[in-house]
Amino acid sequence: MPEEASANPFLEEVIAFPGGERLKSCIQCGTCGGSCPSGFAMDHTPRELFAMILAGMREEVLKSNTFWFCVSCYYCTVRCPQEIPITDIMYRLKRLAIQAGYYTASITGFSETFVGQVETYGRSFELGLATGHYLRHHPIQSIRMSPLMLSMVTRGRMSFTPKRIQGIRQLRAILRRAKELGGAW
Amino acid sequence: MRRYAYYPGCSLERNAAAYDESFRAVAQVLGVELVEIDDWNCCGATEYFSLELLPAYALVARNLALIPPDLDQVVAPCSACYYNMYKTDKNMALYPELARAVNEALAAGHLHYEPGRVRSRHALEVMVEDFTPEEIAAHVRKPLRGLRLAAYYGCVTVRPAGHDDPEYPTRMEQLLQALGATVVDYTLRANCCGGHMTQLDADTAYGMIYYLLSNAARLEVDALVVACPMCQLNLDAYQGQVNSYFGSDFRIPILYFTQMMGLAFGIEPERLGFGQEIVSAERVLEKWRNPPPEEEPVERRPRREKTGLPMPEPLVAGRG
Repeated sequence: MPEEASANPFLEEVIAFPGGERLKSCIQCGTCGGSCPSGFAMDHTPRELFAMILAGMREEVLKSNTFWFCVSCYYCTVRCPQEIPITDIMYRLKRLAIQAGYYTASITGFSETFVGQVETYGRSFELGLATGHYLRHHPIQSIRMSPLMLSMVTRGRMSFTPKRIQGIRQLRAILRRAKELGGAW
Repeated sequence: MRRYAYYPGCSLERNAAAYDESFRAVAQVLGVELVEIDDWNCCGATEYFSLELLPAYALVARNLALIPPDLDQVVAPCSACYYNMYKTDKNMALYPELARAVNEALAAGHLHYEPGRVRSRHALEVMVEDFTPEEIAAHVRKPLRGLRLAAYYGCVTVRPAGHDDPEYPTRMEQLLQALGATVVDYTLRANCCGGHMTQLDADTAYGMIYYLLSNAARLEVDALVVACPMCQLNLDAYQGQVNSYFGSDFRIPILYFTQMMGLAFGIEPERLGFGQEIVSAERVLEKWRNPPPEEEPVERRPRREKTGLPMPEPLVAGRG
């Protein structure tokens, strides 16, 4: 299959990370889609999406909601007879879709806020984060969420400010270097 | 005495403090020394991998690099933290180009991590693998008699790392049985709770949570026992939301397996983080304080009813 593969720059782009190469061995058996707990919400099942990648349908693939509904449960990964790291392919597609500008704040906002906190403090405070994300992107739903937030606060489970680690400068230096080195992945 | 490096992770600092408190309390009883990694950082959960790959690995690798050289195992109670450490170590060993890049990034912070140096382990894995059920049972002071429990593993606790069957794990059940509990066959034990889906699409998330709760409710459990703060948060804190969304009336306490171990070891509930759960566990504690009397071994009921078809009389009279 090497000639076909080189004729498909999108496939090469998708698999360009450590371990991604195995996607080329997909046999379209559909075990992934059949195993997916959130597959009902996807516009294309994982199997279908892989067929689209193999067909070079870059835009349709990156505009699909499939990988955003991936919950990283690894059912497909452990069941895939070809040992394709499907969950990692889904992460890769998320990164490519963001780079391509197909998805913005309301979808990627949670990840971005989360990562922003980690880069600022070195730790995350998920519930403060959840509140912030909800208020910004789902203002109406956040009214529905308020009893939940209140009960979390009264039980002492909610923190409003994360702890800052002592080695935050060291961590930032590491992350900065990693961003320079790993841009293509 | 067993010594492990300890990575609590962000959830255990606040939201899942009950897990941290109960794990430490139980470890003490078992003679386990937990050496917390100094100045650890967040593992990035599933979010960092969605945005940037190498920084996601480097973030985790900093924690691995900070583990003192005399320790060769790290234990994490949070399934996401555990799996991120396992995955980083494994992939660095598998892909030399990744290991090179991660270490080049770590060098900017004067750190280095050699893949394979530290074995990453889940808190549940340690409890079921490093201790036999008999060793656990030997510490039981107040058995969980009469408590009907379902073991819920969630996803990355057992998958894809595979310290138990990734499809149908059974070792948490064995642990709970060693504590004296009645354990039901909870078929959805390794299904996903939805993770951060509540933040992305509530309809989908609530559906996944409902599915898990309704199955447990049908099995009439006193509690659903978990091994991950994400599972606990989704099933406990969102249970009310799910009830109002579907018109259901679930009131299933969601407790950590370490809390159940602590109760069975006779540790006071206050030291195990009880009271932090949203769905009250008071009924569980009530049963624990006043267990039903020990049952006599049940005599087998006769196989045939008197009203059945005529059959030869049994040789031994007086039964049935």
